[in-house]
Amino acid sequence: MDALTIRNLTKTYANGIRALKGIDLSVEEGDFYALLGPNGAGKTTAIGIISSLVNKTGGTVGIFGHDIDKELEAAKACLGIVPQEVNLNLWETVGNTVANQAGYYGLSGALRQERVEKYLRALRLWDRRDDNARSLSGGMKRRLMIARALVHEPRLLILDEPTAGVDIEIRRSMWDFLREINEAGTTIILTTHYLEEAESLCRNIAIIDGGRIIEDARMSEVLRRLHREVFVLSLKRELTEAPVLRGFETRLRPDCELEVEKGPETDMNELFRQLRDRGIEVASLRNKANRLEEMFMHLVERKGGDA
Amino acid sequence: MNVALNLVALKTIIRKEMVRVLRIWVQTIVPPAITMTLYFIIFGNLIGRRIGAMDGFDYMQYIAPGLIMMSVITNSYGNVVSSFFGAKFGRHVEEMLVAPMSYATIIIGHVAGGVLRGLLVGALVTVIALFFTRLQVAHPFVMISVVLLSSVVFSLAGFINAVFARKFDDISIVPTFVLTPLTYLGGVFYSISLLPEFWQTVSRANPILYMVNAFRYGILGVSDIDIGHAYTILAAFVVLLFSACMLLMKRGVGIRE
Repeated sequence: MDALTIRNLTKTYANGIRALKGIDLSVEEGDFYALLGPNGAGKTTAIGIISSLVNKTGGTVGIFGHDIDKELEAAKACLGIVPQEVNLNLWETVGNTVANQAGYYGLSGALRQERVEKYLRALRLWDRRDDNARSLSGGMKRRLMIARALVHEPRLLILDEPTAGVDIEIRRSMWDFLREINEAGTTIILTTHYLEEAESLCRNIAIIDGGRIIEDARMSEVLRRLHREVFVLSLKRELTEAPVLRGFETRLRPDCELEVEKGPETDMNELFRQLRDRGIEVASLRNKANRLEEMFMHLVERKGGDA
Repeated sequence: MNVALNLVALKTIIRKEMVRVLRIWVQTIVPPAITMTLYFIIFGNLIGRRIGAMDGFDYMQYIAPGLIMMSVITNSYGNVVSSFFGAKFGRHVEEMLVAPMSYATIIIGHVAGGVLRGLLVGALVTVIALFFTRLQVAHPFVMISVVLLSSVVFSLAGFINAVFARKFDDISIVPTFVLTPLTYLGGVFYSISLLPEFWQTVSRANPILYMVNAFRYGILGVSDIDIGHAYTILAAFVVLLFSACMLLMKRGVGIRE
């Protein structure tokens, strides 16, 4: 069964802006799915409609088979949302924030207390349960929003840029936590501007731009279709000019570095053979940019060029 | 609709509202107590002695039910409008909107919060009134039912105000320019029989007149209006305002784009 099914979803705001121009999307149960796109692409509008915080103009949305037009409450019961912007009651305590949310989903008594403790501990906030939400750091507030979204143990969790502004250590621990709950069966849809995050976590990906889905495929397939990759080689000796290598484009960089762009028709063995023939020794090598980032820019730019 | 889920959700909203009222008691409980004490001292005691009896009661006794009702009305309204608008402004209203409870549960929960604060302040003002005068309850059922219904009406009105409000100014406009004048002109401090015929007729268009007089009838046993009319008007307002709240929530006015 699909965790989420979207058909021909459209949204035109009162000011005439067409945020969504008919998107179709299917997310399988158990998937870890990335929804990417530049700012203003329509990601947050789509999530707003799924969570019934934004009225749609047209189309259908189904959550585990529950149409939000016909079975809204059943659909909502399956869904947990972590919004992009902090929407906590900053005067409420951390414990009450999660306990109240549990109550809104009908959890009461010992089960509610058990869940509150479980998720506050999992998100490392248990020690702060009696503090007001306003006293938390930015990263803690994001973790509190995740605990709040999970307290009713939703089958589908949507996270809208959950790690924005979070330091690397906490971001990595949040990745581990999200992997764990996904492995335990929760379907996850993630939007993020950290493409490394999407590449590391997600199995499937959709890219949305200008209110349309411009890519929807398996992550591995998208990355395979990447036409060009750019590597930065750290050389043992400085060169005076960029070497001419057959099948590659090269550019000299400062600090004894050489930038090499390769297409799908060449491979790395060929690159190293040609470098060795020219007596160029390589100390180390790295990707210039995240592979997904390159793919993303390529798709978005191509779309911009087509328009 | 999942009844058990909605009952738990309703209890959660009411508890949250009461925690809020008690957390900010300096804003919610103390000011009406001070204001009403001043009313009793100035209008009831100092000026009231010169006014003499009204409808067979000394002036302090006469105005006490009106002042209690005034505090219930303003606090019920104020609680819901500030709580729900605050939730909208801070966007934590989304916590409730994404949950699978019905819109009726959200409305009733906030109205219950308004009623509880209204009754809490009303009880406090009653205790203060007893320091200044003697009150005997003539018709307990009328007193309780009228104060409850009036509190529900103004809590629902506060909810509608909060739904439409876009900035903090919008939640003070109605209390300042509508609620306060209607309350003062609603027979809190006088019997409308003192007014010329024309102004008596105009006063009868003010719904607060019916609430104040029905409540006064419950305590003192005297009223300028027919109690049956008061119940009809109160019931009509409850149905009308609750329906309006439901419609606004379903359409997402002020809460969904």
